[in-house]
Amino acid sequence: MLREMSETPTAPDAAPRLVRTASGRVVAGVAQGAADQLRLDPVVLRLGFLLLTVVNGLGVVAYAALWMFTPKEQVKGPQPARDWGQFAAYGVLWMAVVGFGWITGASDGGIGTWPIAAGGIGALILWQQADPGRRQRWMSGAVRKVSASWVRTLVGALLIVVGAFGFLAASGELAKAKTGLVFTAVVVGGMLMIAAPWLASLVKELQRERTERIRQEERAEVAAHVHDSVLHTLTLIQRNAHDSREVTRLARSQERELRNWLYQPKQDADATLAAAVRRVAAEEEDAHGVPIEIVCVGDCDLDESLGALLQAARQAMVNAARYSGAPVISVYAEVEPDEVTVFVRDRGKGFDMDAVPADRMGIRQSIIGRMERNGGSARVRTEPGDGTEVMLTMKRAS
Amino acid sequence: MKTVRVLIVDDHRLFRSGVRAELGPSIQVIGEAEDVESAVASIAELKPDVVLLDVHMPGGGGQEVLRRVLGAGAQVRFLALSVSDAAEDVIGVIRGGARGYVTKTISGAELTDAIIRVSDGDAVFSPRLAGFVLDAFASTEAPPIDPELDSLTQREREVLRLIARGYAYKEIAKELFISVKTVETHVSSVLRKLQLSNRHELSRWATARRLV
Repeated sequence: MLREMSETPTAPDAAPRLVRTASGRVVAGVAQGAADQLRLDPVVLRLGFLLLTVVNGLGVVAYAALWMFTPKEQVKGPQPARDWGQFAAYGVLWMAVVGFGWITGASDGGIGTWPIAAGGIGALILWQQADPGRRQRWMSGAVRKVSASWVRTLVGALLIVVGAFGFLAASGELAKAKTGLVFTAVVVGGMLMIAAPWLASLVKELQRERTERIRQEERAEVAAHVHDSVLHTLTLIQRNAHDSREVTRLARSQERELRNWLYQPKQDADATLAAAVRRVAAEEEDAHGVPIEIVCVGDCDLDESLGALLQAARQAMVNAARYSGAPVISVYAEVEPDEVTVFVRDRGKGFDMDAVPADRMGIRQSIIGRMERNGGSARVRTEPGDGTEVMLTMKRAS
Repeated sequence: MKTVRVLIVDDHRLFRSGVRAELGPSIQVIGEAEDVESAVASIAELKPDVVLLDVHMPGGGGQEVLRRVLGAGAQVRFLALSVSDAAEDVIGVIRGGARGYVTKTISGAELTDAIIRVSDGDAVFSPRLAGFVLDAFASTEAPPIDPELDSLTQREREVLRLIARGYAYKEIAKELFISVKTVETHVSSVLRKLQLSNRHELSRWATARRLV
């Protein structure tokens, strides 16, 4: 029996997420969307909103709140037109209800409507958030965001209000100012109510555009890179198809470049030893067409004596690529707390160390001599037919 | 000589047929799979000795196959085979339960050797993987929680270093004056530590290398 751990629990018959639908909307699609989620006839909800407007304008507030917090349904192609016939019908109905309320005085509602209003709006907001993913995002986002801007804004506003009231109370003007304050609050509140849905959608729109722009920039960068490197190399490979050695070299150098781009940390090629070893090996690989496999353990900054070590390692790679006949060269660099060691190894034909003529400077001067002059050491192990390994050791300057 | 029954799991058809053609006569390819679902189904049905497992595949990749097959307690050995030699892929798939990791640039003969070695219950480390392990176990800032699991012995370190230098097991045995069997034992022990160690540097180290 196999565990099915990758399967995320899904309930296909779960209620769809609340969105404002574009098709069949009369004002903003709130009632239509809500009806879809509740599996009701939208007419019922529309009438409900209509009747609630009579009670202290509660229907308008509820509708505006849902309009503001509910995302719009994403539609491809042109927006479906609003159903103006229904709009007119509901408009007439609404006027009748308002007129009735005004005449009978039922719209005053009295003190009993306020708890209903508060409870109703709270319930609406809870219901509106009934999407688990969204709720989770809000919860986790709250911890981070609240601490930053919200708390600051709230505390600031609170301070201003307390300060203003304190000043008015101290100067004995509070009673006089009360009428003016109430008037201002009503006007500002009204304007906010009108502008809020528009502002909210503006913010959402801006955020979506921003994400889209970042994504496009990233895509453009990847495309540019692929074009400059991979496509270019593929063209070169087709033009050199007759020369298998050149094809291998091109493919290999492109592979290395792509790997570096994908996996290696961006770093200055001459700042640290590991990066410098990779660069040197890449250059010799390109020059001689023999793959060089590099393994680096640890890393440290380059200094003068490590620069000499690098030069000696380069010479060892050149020798292996030129003379050994091995199909691949292994380079291993290890940085330890007190010393740095580099091994360059091939499984090629090897040679007799004592038979190397005295005037050949490659090994004696460029490798052994250079290492010793800089306080390091070099050891060459080779047998005819048994490959060659050059071991370079340099003490680290502390 | 016994033949090893192998299942190739890779989402590239060309690559699957390439591997099939390159493997030596002691390997019998009994099937192919191209994604996680078909791999899990084929392993349950065909019961191969060794599964050649690609790391990046649609539907969760090699690690998902490992989790579902080994999680269900199946006795099958995995050798991971990938173009990627990014640290988090290598370490991830080894910690997921694969007994070896080789890159797709490996030659047919070497791959055949590696498959036989894995089918015998031994571990297969590429030079790059050996380098990763040395690097991951080298950072010694925090004291190990479990000294047996969280650090390498001197001998294991020597063996890994020789693998990183490009030595084959036979050459390592000669170099250290030990038998090939002992080399295999050391490598298997390193593999066990790599899979079981809770050393937090190991994951942190792999994450730190996850840079683009």
